[in-house]
Amino acid sequence: MAEYYIDIIYVFSAVSFILSLKWLSSVATARRGVIAGILGMSLAVGGTLLSPSIEQYYLIAIAFVIGSSIGIPMALMPMTAVPQRTALSHAFGAMAAALVGTAEYYLRNTSIDTFTMSALSIEVLLGSLTFTASLLAAGKLQEILPTRPITFRFQNVFNLAFLGVAVLAGLYVVINPEATYMFPVIIIAALIFGVLLILPIGGADMPTVISLLNSYAGLAAAMMGFVLNNKLLIIAGALDGSSGLILSITMSKAMNRSFTNVLFGAFGQVQATADNAEQKTYRSASAEEAAELMRTASSIMIIPGYGMAVAHAQHKVRELFDVLTSQGVDVKFAIHPVAGRMPGHMNVLLAEADIPYDNLVEMDEANPEFPQTDIALVIGANDVTNPAARNDKSSPIYGMPILDVDKARLVMVNKRSMSPGFAGIDNELYYNDETLMLFGDSKSFIADIVNELSD
Amino acid sequence: MEHQALSINEILSNVYVFVLATFVGLEVIRRVSPLLHTPLMSLTNAISAISIVGSILIAGRGETQSSLILGTVAVGASMVNIVGGYLITYRMVKMFRKKEDRK
Repeated sequence: MAEYYIDIIYVFSAVSFILSLKWLSSVATARRGVIAGILGMSLAVGGTLLSPSIEQYYLIAIAFVIGSSIGIPMALMPMTAVPQRTALSHAFGAMAAALVGTAEYYLRNTSIDTFTMSALSIEVLLGSLTFTASLLAAGKLQEILPTRPITFRFQNVFNLAFLGVAVLAGLYVVINPEATYMFPVIIIAALIFGVLLILPIGGADMPTVISLLNSYAGLAAAMMGFVLNNKLLIIAGALDGSSGLILSITMSKAMNRSFTNVLFGAFGQVQATADNAEQKTYRSASAEEAAELMRTASSIMIIPGYGMAVAHAQHKVRELFDVLTSQGVDVKFAIHPVAGRMPGHMNVLLAEADIPYDNLVEMDEANPEFPQTDIALVIGANDVTNPAARNDKSSPIYGMPILDVDKARLVMVNKRSMSPGFAGIDNELYYNDETLMLFGDSKSFIADIVNELSD
Repeated sequence: MEHQALSINEILSNVYVFVLATFVGLEVIRRVSPLLHTPLMSLTNAISAISIVGSILIAGRGETQSSLILGTVAVGASMVNIVGGYLITYRMVKMFRKKEDRK
């Protein structure tokens, strides 16, 4: 009887989740969106706890406490660590799905129908591979593991073989649900495939990959919904799955690459040979000279990249923004969709530094403004500003939409040295006549400019 | 009680729900400004911890020793995402300010 009340609670929970995502569409309503999400989850948990089939609450309560005590510190990490935090929580979510799937299988394998068994296999397969893939991605983002793509011969064949084994084992169990000895094969092969999937992924591909893992974690939850015949799980999982899907499509479009190319292309290991033969010349400038030029400018566009995050320079950038704005300079930030290591990474960092979001401009709006911009200041971004993406058909990034930084009247590039960016591609922007290189750590270099300007 | 096979109608209605929810998701999320893509991902990540529903049922029923353990660990893992995900999303959206809101 109580089951009906629970289903009604679940309906309200599903509505809250949908409203939550709807309200997240704009900054003005975003806080309300988070509250709606919390409400939805509380209803889901509360409703489930009312279920008459639950016989013990003791261990659940302990798990609540332990989970919260891990979750709270993870939420208080600095904003620069958000990509690895997100990857890590994808791992937790995927693990939960895989564990529940495994438990369900061993409880029910004698009486399961083909459809439910298929959903269960997919749940466990996606859950397991997302678990190891997310852990590895988090390790790479935290730089515990080497961030360069790791590649070897016949890698794709090797990787797909493991996926093949997992899928075949899944099919076998769908046809013969009693074959309990086959079930661990799905899990093990999927766990290994998850590791192999991330080995060839480098930093610049992380925004796409992390979105894809988001999508898998959601799909695994939706599959669990099919297994448990629970529509709330199906709805929430589908919402998460479609969000991950949209983000991965947006990210791969912003790099002009297909999914398969991101996953199997192992970007950035072949093209070291470009044209090292000729020594090209570039001009560099000191903080003093840079400050002098900024003083005479009337509009400045700042292009932040992953380098700004690594140097934790966002607060210094805010000081620069403040001092320039107070001197009547129009300062804006041009944000490339794949700048940083996850979708929206730069926006969050700049918002953290208290830069008003109306000064953050998306690529499509920023590009027409560059020809009227006095100074384009690039801080720790590289490939997203490389004109080779427009002009050089032989370049591996040819066709990728870029910020047309080179069209500004003067370009300043803050970088630690002349070494090429992630993709190992030389950036011809640096050798332009209108480009000044500002060598040094972003945090201290920007601080020097700020000091010069406030004198 | 839930250990009996589902009828074809139940399966189909679940498939309908999945398809419709996916379309709702695509439509709603398409409108999210790129400005908020990071909070979007941490929010959907918290929402995907809805697997806590399945985890609680498995742990609470404790039908076998191993299902009790697997379920309890799954409850803990989901709880990490729920607490961590909502808290950090709230922290993030609170940081976004307009010009006139600055002190």
